[in-house]
Amino acid sequence: MVKINGEPQDAAGQSVAAYLEAAGYDSRAVAVEYNEAILPKAQYAATQLADGDVVEIVCFMGGGC
Amino acid sequence: MVQNEEDLLELGGRKFASRFILGSGKYSLQLIEAAVRDAGAEIVTVAVRRANTKEHENILDYIPKQVTLLPNTSGARTAEEAVRIAHLARELGCGDFVKIEIMRDSKYLLPDNEATVRATEQLAKEGFIVLPYMYPDLNTARDLVDAGAAAVMPLAAPIGSNKGLVTKEFIQILIDEIDLPIIVDAGIGSPAQACEAMQMGAAAVMANTALATAGNLPLMAAAFRDAIIAGRKAYRAGLGRVLARGAAASDPLTGFLRD
Repeated sequence: MVKINGEPQDAAGQSVAAYLEAAGYDSRAVAVEYNEAILPKAQYAATQLADGDVVEIVCFMGGGC
Repeated sequence: MVQNEEDLLELGGRKFASRFILGSGKYSLQLIEAAVRDAGAEIVTVAVRRANTKEHENILDYIPKQVTLLPNTSGARTAEEAVRIAHLARELGCGDFVKIEIMRDSKYLLPDNEATVRATEQLAKEGFIVLPYMYPDLNTARDLVDAGAAAVMPLAAPIGSNKGLVTKEFIQILIDEIDLPIIVDAGIGSPAQACEAMQMGAAAVMANTALATAGNLPLMAAAFRDAIIAGRKAYRAGLGRVLARGAAASDPLTGFLRD
């Protein structure tokens, strides 16, 4: 299993790009942290998810004080 | 007008005519454009959160392109988490500005000053333009200067409280002693309070909840804009003195119609 945004997902074997598309994320609007390091967009297609990987997928939302 | 053009807010080498930093939380995306326009804001804060596949609206589509985005690190409980969030924010592709927010306390949401200094030092070294949110403390503010902050953002009152300049005396100390822009953040609840902060010599004011909880958000944004401009003018003009006691006539004290 791959832990994505805190939830275990059956995504091992897919590329990050394929996972984002299949799950319905807009890859232009998100940033990805892969095992605690920033994953540049250019590497989404070449990065294969494996069991035990930890992925965070984030975007901007409204926020202030 | 020439005078106003020269009176710019400088942050990290960038210059801004507006001294009103606007938050984008707690109101609908559809209101952001009107809020930015009526506030005259050139800097808008945003948060970084886990993306949701069910949500296909992108806040960036609602923020006018000429606006400088100031991502915050809200949600961070440690310096390390703040640094991670800053990295993700930069990867989202909207520049090098970051507002450090680190809170360990979930009841009062008070910033962790010591962790804020550490995160500021790290991110400034990496080339970020760092605006740290802090509890107004002179020693911490001096540490933030040494750490490479581009400004210091002391809280006026507990975040979201709309209580105004509760920490006024301590913010004044920062304004008087720290050679960086002091941006009053958190707790400002009304245009009068924003104006007072500017009269004290604050470089800018940030507001969000005061607008989000107002009856008419764009109209309140315009009221804040005008108050901040007025307060800045008053500061630059230099306020008149206050008498310790008694009165002082403004009218001539001779030429009365008697005797």
